[in-house]
Formats: sequence, structure tokens, C-alpha cells
Amino acid sequence: MELNDLYRRVIMDHYKNPRNRGELEQESVAIALNNPTCGDRISLQLQLEDGIITDARFTGEGCSISMSSASMMTEAVKGRSYEEALDLAERFSSLMQGQDVEFEELEDIEALSGVNKFPARIKCATLAWNALKKGIEPQTN
Amino acid sequence: MNIHAIREQFPILHQEINGHPLVYLDSAASSQKPRSVIDAVRNYYELDHANVHRGVHSLGSRATDAYEGAREKVARFIHAPSAEQIVFTRGTTTALNLVASSYARAVCQEGDEIVITPMEHHSNLIPWQQVAKATGATLKFIPLQPDGTITLEDAEATITDRTKIVSVTYVSNVLGCVNPIKQLAELAHRKGAVIVVDGAQSTPHMKVDVQDLDVDFYAFSGHKMCGPTGIGALYGRRSLLENMEPIEYGGEMIDFVELYESTWKDIPYRFEGGTPIIAGAVGLGAAIDFLEQIGMDAIDQHEKHLTKYAYDVLSNIDGLTIYGPEQNRVGLVTFNIDDVHPHDVATVLDTKGIAIRAGHHCCQPLMRWLNVSATARASFYIYNTTDEIDRLADALIQTKEFFGYGIE
Repeated sequence: MELNDLYRRVIMDHYKNPRNRGELEQESVAIALNNPTCGDRISLQLQLEDGIITDARFTGEGCSISMSSASMMTEAVKGRSYEEALDLAERFSSLMQGQDVEFEELEDIEALSGVNKFPARIKCATLAWNALKKGIEPQTN
Repeated sequence: MNIHAIREQFPILHQEINGHPLVYLDSAASSQKPRSVIDAVRNYYELDHANVHRGVHSLGSRATDAYEGAREKVARFIHAPSAEQIVFTRGTTTALNLVASSYARAVCQEGDEIVITPMEHHSNLIPWQQVAKATGATLKFIPLQPDGTITLEDAEATITDRTKIVSVTYVSNVLGCVNPIKQLAELAHRKGAVIVVDGAQSTPHMKVDVQDLDVDFYAFSGHKMCGPTGIGALYGRRSLLENMEPIEYGGEMIDFVELYESTWKDIPYRFEGGTPIIAGAVGLGAAIDFLEQIGMDAIDQHEKHLTKYAYDVLSNIDGLTIYGPEQNRVGLVTFNIDDVHPHDVATVLDTKGIAIRAGHHCCQPLMRWLNVSATARASFYIYNTTDEIDRLADALIQTKEFFGYGIE
């Protein structure tokens, strides 16, 4: 097990320079999720218009994996339809289960593939995506 | 104390994790088990198992003797006046909940006070929150000093004539500090309150004498002191236990049962509904034998040495913050490295074969008081060595470098 499999440069870059960190002035939905076993927490805010996620911001506290994953997720879903966003969430979940998934132009996300070799850390990586699903799924019903 | 001979008795320690010899520094979460405990549980199942207190047959008698023999050992180990004052429970959490649900709900009324501290484990906080909500009693906290400890002056100011219960941990699972239980018991009794002690982190590491401490209830877990998981005990003052109602009904705890009314057995059986944790108790008995053979004073001394060594080595690492007092500390060092999240620290250490805990340690209010979301914790037991602490320190320095200078 090599550390570099987990902590790729792009992950550390998102951790140290998170994208979309902060709060929206006027959000459509806000989701707060925490991981009660370890104390990681995220607040995700989404701006929704006509079935599209037009903006996304997050605040939170946690390890490099949970915070970089939140940063990547917010970048990835901006401008996407609900269906596209949920499909990304689904593919991310498969990635965490060790499946070979491609994210086309979103290769940053693929950098998190190493997490599946560290079972205790998978829940860190999925926290932000779970918040996304919690925010979007009620919109699609 | 021959550390090599002790390590030989713990089969699990002799393995590699991620290509490195295992360094197990998470005993405050759960200790490892010596061969004698593993064998005792296996022998019990292979030779002596049946249900207890009911079988007329020979195996039933042997199982009962083994179970009650373990109760005698626990009583002797914590210097309880009699084995009837030892209730077997699933662990510290269940024991504290028993006191809260049975004793506290019966005695607390609106306007009464329950006094605890902000350093308590959730298991010694939430049961009291629930009692306060159910009875209208007020939950009060003895404030913490800047190093996380409490003072007797503050305790005296917090405990009043309205206080019915004082419940405090003997040793903090985060700060490692030892609370002045004997003096707190005296303070509580002076105001007519009872004192409940969370002994989860003290019982594995030091001599405990519930009579000398003069405590009313004392709870601890087997799995942190070389015993199996799923077994622990509650010691209670006889006059209090005898007036407490059970909180679980059925099985082993009944005396007479009629269609509309039933009566309970004497203590401790009335608190042990259902088929008890027989194999767990047998394993706990074997763990006590093991610890007594080494001697609690020797264990105490070894761990004090290790803890001081770890405190000194870790406090020499730049950018590393240790929480809790330097002195009067038992068995653990809780810390953070600047700009590296404790989960990341624990993962890096794991790749080097070193097991530590990272997270809130079931102490979310204390984390908030420390102004952190989580911490890393290295905890020690009889089988740890100063060499292992050196490996910890080296790995922490590497972790710092790894996160400080970028990753390839």
C-alpha cells in the first residue's frame, strides 16, 4: 500500500486550494451532513434553475480526502442537469467500490480512485457526494 | 516486568501490517488479548458450557461456577466488599445507562442537579442528558482549566445541596488526566449526593479500590483490560443496588412470576435479565488473573514510563500540539499536527504498520472545547515499548514532511 496511491498531487491541490469554498448569497437548497464516527462535516449549497445546478458552494471541516472530494464534486456538477449530476454520483460510488470508471473531462475525480484501497477512508470521499444526492434527489421526484 | 515475555503472550502482535511489524497504539479503544484469555474462552466452550443458575446437570453447575467465579475475581480486583455488588453488563456504557435509567430516574426530580464535566465520554454524558429531560433535573458541568483538568474548588462550587448525582470519569480518554475521585466522592457525600465513576480508562491501568475511593457506583469494560468484548461490570453500594428496580425483565432476573405480578431476585441477579454473558465473564476472569500475575503496580509503573517518554518525544516535534496536562497522565497522548488532519495522520501511520485512533473519541463537546474537529491519539498498554514510541515519532515526522512538501 503506497501513500502516493492515495494522496495524489491533484488531491492535495484541491485540499490546499479548495474550489467553490464559501457560501452562496441565495441558495435553492442547503444540505448539512456529517460523519458521526469521525467528525467530518460539510455544508453544501446549491443554486438550482430549470433542472440545472447553476452554482455550488461548500463549507466544512475534515481531512484532505473529504475536503478535496467536496471541492472536486462542486466543480464537476456546476452546469449539469439533475440527472447528469446523479449519474456522476453513481459513477463516483462505483469508483469507490474499485470499479474502473472514466470521468471523461473530469480526470481530477479519477485521482480519488486510490481511496478504494483504504476502506476506512471511503466514507470521507463519499461525504460530499452523499450531500449532493440528498439535495438533488427530492427535486427529481 | 519482562516486556519481551509479555509480548510473547499476545498472538496478534506478531504480524506485519502493510509490510511493517505491527505497532499497536490503540489500546484505549480496545486492548489486545493474551493467549490465556483466548484459551479460557475456548476451553469454556469446549468443556464447560451450559446455561447458568438453572441446570441440574453437571455442565450447568460447572458453567455457573465459572460465571460466579469470575464475579468473585472482579470483586476482588476492584476491592468490592462482596461479589453480590458486582453486576455483569455489556460494558461501561451499559453499566452507566443502568445507573441512569434505574437509580437516577427514581431519585431525580425537577430542581435537582446532576453534576458532570465537559471531558466525559458520550456514554457518561448522554444518559444524564436523558435523565435531566425526563425528570426536569438540571445538568451542570464542573468547568475545565486551560489544560483540561478540573479543580476541587470548582467542583465544590458546582456541587450544591440540590445535587443528587455526581458522575465523573476517573481517567479522561482524550486528555489522559486522572481526576481526584476520592476527594470528589467526599465532596459529593458532604452534599448528600452519590458519586458515579466511569472507570473505562482507569481499571486497565491502575490499582482500583472502590472502598478506599468511597464511590457509590463504578463502571468498567473488560475489553480494554485484556478481556473479551461484550463484558463489563457495574459495582454499586449495597444499599443503593438493593433499592434499585431492574430495567430489563425476563430470564435470569425473576423470583416469582404470576399472570399479573412478578417479583425479582436479589442483587446482582435482578439486573442480569436473559442468559448472561457467561463466556465473556470467564474471559474477563482470565484477564484479571493475567493482569494480577504481572501486578497492577508494575503495569502502572511501566505505563507511566511509556507515557512520559511519549510525551517528551512527541513534544519535541515542531508543529505538534499535545492536549491535556503533562503531569498526572495515564496511558495516552492525544495530539494534532499543524495543517494535517488526524485522519490523514492515521492513514499515513497505518501504511507504516502503526495503529492509532483519529476522530472525536466519543467526546464531541470536549473537541469543541479544545476548538478542534478531531484529534489523533496514541494509547499504550503493557505490551508497548519505547522502541514503538520511537517508530511513532519517526512516522509523525515523516507525515509532517509528506504533507508539508507536496506529493509526487
